[in-house]
Formats: sequence, structure tokens, C-alpha cells
Amino acid sequence: MKYFHLIWAALFRRKTRTTLTLVSIAAAFLLFGMLDAVRTSFDQAGKSANGAQRLQTGSKLSFIDTLPQGLGQKIAVVPGVKSVAYANWFGGAYQDPHNQVFTFAVSDNYIDQYPEVAVSADARKAFLDTRIGILVGEKLMEKYHWKIGDQIPLQSNIFPQQNGSKNWTFNIVGVLHPTDSSVAFYGQIILMHWKYFDDAVMKGYNNGQVGWYVTRVNDVNQADQVAKAIDALSANSDHETRTQTEAAATASWMKQLADIGLIVGSIMGAVFFTLLLLTGNTMMQAVRERTSELAVLKTLGFSDRGVLGMVLAESVLMVLLGGVIGIGLAAVLIPGVSANSGGMLNLPTVGAASWSLGIALMLVIGLVVGAIPAWRAMRLNIVDALAGR
Amino acid sequence: MKFLFNLLVLVILVVTLFVWVQLPWIAVLVLVALFAAWMGLTRRGRQAASVTGVGVSTLKQRLGSSSVVVIGIAGVVGVLVALLAMGEGYAETLQKTGSADTAIVLRGGSAAEVSSVLSNDSIVVIEQAPGVARDKQNKPIVSGEIVVAANLPVKGGGPDDDGSVQVRGVGEQAWALRPNAKIVAGRSFRPGMRELVVGQGAQRQFAGLQPGHEVKLGTQTWDVVGVFASGDAYDSEIWGDANVIADTYRRGSSRTSVFAKLTDAKALDTFKASLASDPRLQVDVDTTLNYFSKQSEGMSKVMRIMGITVGSIMAIGAIFGALNTMFAAVATRAREIATLRAIGFRGVPVVVAVMLETMMLALLGGLLGGLLAWLIFNGWTASTLAAGTTGQLAFTFKVTPGLLWEGLKWALAIGFVGGLFPALRAARLPVTTALREL
Repeated sequence: MKYFHLIWAALFRRKTRTTLTLVSIAAAFLLFGMLDAVRTSFDQAGKSANGAQRLQTGSKLSFIDTLPQGLGQKIAVVPGVKSVAYANWFGGAYQDPHNQVFTFAVSDNYIDQYPEVAVSADARKAFLDTRIGILVGEKLMEKYHWKIGDQIPLQSNIFPQQNGSKNWTFNIVGVLHPTDSSVAFYGQIILMHWKYFDDAVMKGYNNGQVGWYVTRVNDVNQADQVAKAIDALSANSDHETRTQTEAAATASWMKQLADIGLIVGSIMGAVFFTLLLLTGNTMMQAVRERTSELAVLKTLGFSDRGVLGMVLAESVLMVLLGGVIGIGLAAVLIPGVSANSGGMLNLPTVGAASWSLGIALMLVIGLVVGAIPAWRAMRLNIVDALAGR
Repeated sequence: MKFLFNLLVLVILVVTLFVWVQLPWIAVLVLVALFAAWMGLTRRGRQAASVTGVGVSTLKQRLGSSSVVVIGIAGVVGVLVALLAMGEGYAETLQKTGSADTAIVLRGGSAAEVSSVLSNDSIVVIEQAPGVARDKQNKPIVSGEIVVAANLPVKGGGPDDDGSVQVRGVGEQAWALRPNAKIVAGRSFRPGMRELVVGQGAQRQFAGLQPGHEVKLGTQTWDVVGVFASGDAYDSEIWGDANVIADTYRRGSSRTSVFAKLTDAKALDTFKASLASDPRLQVDVDTTLNYFSKQSEGMSKVMRIMGITVGSIMAIGAIFGALNTMFAAVATRAREIATLRAIGFRGVPVVVAVMLETMMLALLGGLLGGLLAWLIFNGWTASTLAAGTTGQLAFTFKVTPGLLWEGLKWALAIGFVGGLFPALRAARLPVTTALREL
């Protein structure tokens, strides 16, 4: 540590070059920070302590098939089940049929299954008391400038009402505030009453069916057994089910959406390969220029290994400096990107895992990049170097 | 004064880049021709050419640092082209699905086939509408179709690894409506039987879809009897007889959509108007070409934005890498450049020479990156859950000449920015100081 100022001085010997290299490194790690955030947001969706307690039961046939409402009572008495709620896809759209707003028709206790989505006691009561009441995610409220008490029209692109019209009217009675990034999705959706939906929808369209059940279990460790027991309830019937933990269900959707790991991996591979070359070249230049200075150091009594260490430390310091600036920049930019994407992206900010992976990468790249120049510096022959040979 | 000059350079840079992005290839060609003429015909130009020649001849000694420019830019162009090729391939798959002379009829206000419902009565009315083409037996070429989903095990996945596939129940006329779709293995399904033909894309993606195998669809077991290829979005689907599929999925006689062959593309208006004026119907009509193209819009926009964002960040890194290399190159050649200027060469040839050298390296990098992207990614198969469908849509990356051209333009832009500042420094270096240096 006592040589720190020496290394620092060596690093900024050529200010322009070091600054330019630092910006390149920062750009690479900015990209790393952002892409890693995308990857984690895919990986972590549905993975939380509360999420692990929840099981999702849907039709085994396909996601558009429905299940009988009566199944809920049977699930409720399966040992290990704490509570069960259900929901249906409503297919809402606001103003324009293509402007989709995710809307679920849910049972009264649905929101209790999600303790990490905060709903005020007033809103809860108002929701239970209002037949056409809806709870709206906070992001949606902002996006459309809705207020509690507003009456809003929603079109369903699937379900007509008894009179044949697909325009439904609802009263906003409360707001959903997700308190954890794993349920950020609930900031963008609308919940309505399943009971009202089933009553008001045109005959033949729903017939008391539900889309999926959400079950909370008493003990996370028993989740798999409970899931099997729930599926056993309707085995060999015409409505066989598939029950998965929330994490597994979300992971399966995400995987179908895109192989994010592969895409991110190949981009980062290309980026870091380029970066290695770039910084490696800078370090080579830096050492080549300083040959005589290094020889002087050796003449003064610095050991071969000391010189090796100093050059390595210099390259590691350079990559670390640039990298930390880059990831820091990513941490600052990501909330802005999420906010501007209009709800399409919900990126978590750079977490501890990304930071540590990033710093590990910086150390490795710094060492690899510094290896050859440091080796050269170590093998330097004092007489030759001072003679400029 | 110096500040003002720098500001001016920056403004010129921004304007140039803006114009450059918009430039069609013809204009670029003209620009190159003009530049070559200048180089060959004027005194300054010839000076610039000879200075460039000297610079290029010393490239060999700076192989390591010059390759940084080439490889850095190759990385940017490669990633950019690959990401854009993904969006292009996705959009193309949907855009070549359907044709201008077939119409799709959905219930009014339905965003996609799967959310639409049409009763049997409506279908009968649609069949008799004017503008619909008829076959030799004078039957209208119309197919009432039903789109549902099925969970099937993914190829190479775990035991519980299911994916969603779009299942389409089609009428007899489905093949006449889609001349692209051809059976390539086995045979077609027989009406009234629980038999399926699978698209090539679906077969690649899901396990057990070989002819002769059985799959579970709904609550029943079905036989796979054939494979069809159409080269578009239908490739990711599984087809069966509409009546049998409707029974299995308890849809009765209703269908999700009606496809109709029109007498020609102009008949759409007549067809549309007659359906719109019919009080028994409340439907949306569009050509199939339009319908499928529209489905691709949102997703391909997202893919394009993603590609350009990643490309821009990488480009910033590459620009600074190029700056670094070229500043170093100018610094090592400071004496040589100063000598040239001392014996009467003006600033312009020096600037041009340094810029030209950088742009040549950039061009090389761009070509390399484009070539790599083409070699690795052209024809690469990927899949995603597409908007408006119930299953995975398989598509291949398409590295088109247009994308390669765009990549080259990026490469040259990076080279331009990376070369400009070192070139200006070379030209503005006080001759006396430079000559005295080292």
C-alpha cells in the first residue's frame, strides 16, 4: 500500500491516454451493469420469500383452458394449504383495443395472497363493498392520471357483457403499491371482482370457470408435496391441473419469452474480448514508454517481483477505476430507463450480486491485461534498458 | 479562441454524423467519387494521397495498436448487426405470413385471433359475401378456423419443461388459402379424425412431433401424421381438423377466425363493406398480410431499440479506443508530420491523411464485424412468445445486405470521430515544438 502514490502517478503519467482508456472501460462496464440488470430481472422474477410460499395451479392442457370454480374448495382442505384464491384473465384495453391493460378478475381474498403488495385498509373495504370497484396499480394510475373515485371505461377484447357490449365500466376504489421488486408487475395491472365478472359476462362465455388458483402453503418445505396433492385432486378428470411454485411458473414463462442468458452472454463476450485487447494495448504502450524509468527503479533496489507487482497493480487499478465508474453510471441510469420505457421494462437497480460479479471481472481482466507487460517489466535487464537497447 | 474552435469542431461533428445517418448509398458513392477526384486532380489532394501513403506504409510497425481499432469496431458492428438481424428475422417471419388477396375476419374489437369468437351463423354469412373467390366446384374458398393452445414438452428440456404451442383447427380450404404450406413428410390429416400435421418450426422445438407418434392434446390422444413447411409464422403451429379440435376444446360450432380467399386484392373493399353493412355481424376485416405484419410491430421495435442502445454504448467505447490509438500514432509520428509541414505541406493534407487512415481501419473493422455476424448468426434459429399468438414463434436471424450496410455506416462514423481529433492535433502542432521533441 505504501507504493500507492507511485502506482497512481504512473497511471496518470499520460493523462489523455489514461482518460480515454478509462472511458472505454467505463462504457464496457456500463453495458455490463445494464445487461446484468436485465438478466437478473429475468432470473429473479417470482423468486422471493413470499413467492416461495405461493403455488400456481393452472390447466395442464394449456394456459387458455380454464378450471371449475368448485376445485377451490377441494384445494382449501388439502393438508398444508393455508389459503386459496383464484383469478381469471379479463383481457382489458383502455381507449384503443390495442392498448392493453392487464386486468384480472379475482376472488375477494386474492390480494391477501400477496402481502408484499400494499393496499390500504380503506381501499380494501371499498373494494369489497363496491361491485364494480377495481384496484389499480400505482404505475397505471400515474400513466393515465387516474384518481381514486374515477369511473373508467375498459374494453375487454375477449368478454362481452350480457347486452353484447364489450365496453365495461369500473370505479377506481384503491391503489396497489408493490413494495418488492419481485412483484413490480402489480404496479401495472387492474384487479376486478371475479363474482361481478362471472355475473355480468354474456352467458356461455365463462360459466363459473376460473383461470388459475393461487395457493399459499403453511410450510415452504412442503410446497412440492402440496403441489402434487393439488394435482392429484383432478388427475384423470377432464380438467387436469399443473401446480408449480410461483418461481418455477415464472421461470418457465421467461424461458419461453427469450433465452436472455445466451443473448447477454454473447454480447458481453464480444464486449470484454474487445476490452481486453484495448486495455492490453494501452498497458503495453505504458510499459514500453517507461522502460528506462522501470530500470531506474530496479537500480534503486526494487526487486523483480516488486516491479511485476507494481505493473500488475497499475493495470488492475485502471480497470477497477473505469469499471466502478461504469457500473456506478449504470446504477444511476437504470431507474431512468425503467421510468422512460412506459412500463415495458422493470429493471432492478444494480444489486450486490452484480457489483461483486463486476468487480471480480475487473480484477480478472486487470490481471490478464497486465500479465504480459508486467512479465516484460520483471525480465527487464537494467543495463540494456538504460542504454535504450 | 481555442474554446470557440473546439465548439465549432463539435458542432460540425454532430451535423456530419446526423447527415451521415440519413445518407442513402448513392450519395455515399457520389461522395467517395468526389473525394477520389479531389485526391487525384488537385495539388492538395495529391499531397494528401502521398502523406496517407507514408502513414499506411508505417502501419506494419503499429500492428498491435492498429488492430485495436479494427477489432474494437468489428465488435461493435458484429453485435449491432446480430441484434438487428434478430429483429429483422422476427419481423420478416410475420411479414411474409399471409397475402394481400386473403382476408381475415375477427370479431369486432378483438386484438388477436385467440381472443376472437365467431358463431357458426356469422361464418355462413361471411362465406356468402361478395368478393370471395370460389373453387372449381363453385364452393367459396373460406376456412373457419379455431386457434387454441397446447402445452407440449420442449425438446431437450427437463421432464417438467413444457412450452406452449399454437394449435390451429382448419377447414378443408385451408391449403388452398395458403399455397405456401406444403406437406413435406407423411400426409395430411383426414377430416373427422384425431390426426395432426405439425409445422417444421414446431417440430424442431417440441419433442415427439414425428409422424407416427402420439401426442396428448386436450384430454385426448392424437396421432401425428405429417409435417408441413410454409416458411412463415404457420411453421410454428400444429394443424388439425377444426371440427375435432373444437369438440376437444368444448367450443361447439363457434370458431375464432375466418380466412377468406378474395377474387383479387381489390375485392377487399367490397368484401369489407358488405360485412360492415350486415346487421347480423360485428366484425373486423383485414388482409392477412396486414394482420400478421401488425403483430410484429411492437416486438421488432423493442428488438431494434435494444440493438441500437447496446450498439451505441459499445460504439462509445470503440470511439475512445480509436482516439487512443490514433493519438498515439500521431504522437509517434509527430516529428515526421512536423517535417512535412516545415517543408511546405499545409494542414489539410495532414488532417486528411490521418482521418483516411483511421477510416480505412474502421472500414476493415466494419467488414470483419459484418462478416462475423453473417457467418455466426445468419440462419440462427430462435423463438419467442409472439404477441397475438398462443404459442412460441420460431424465427431465424436474417443478416440482410441492408443491415450490413448499416453496420458499415456505423463503423465509418466511429472511424470519423476517432480520427478527427488526432488529425486536428497533428495539423495544429507547432512545428518548432514538434521538431524539438525527443
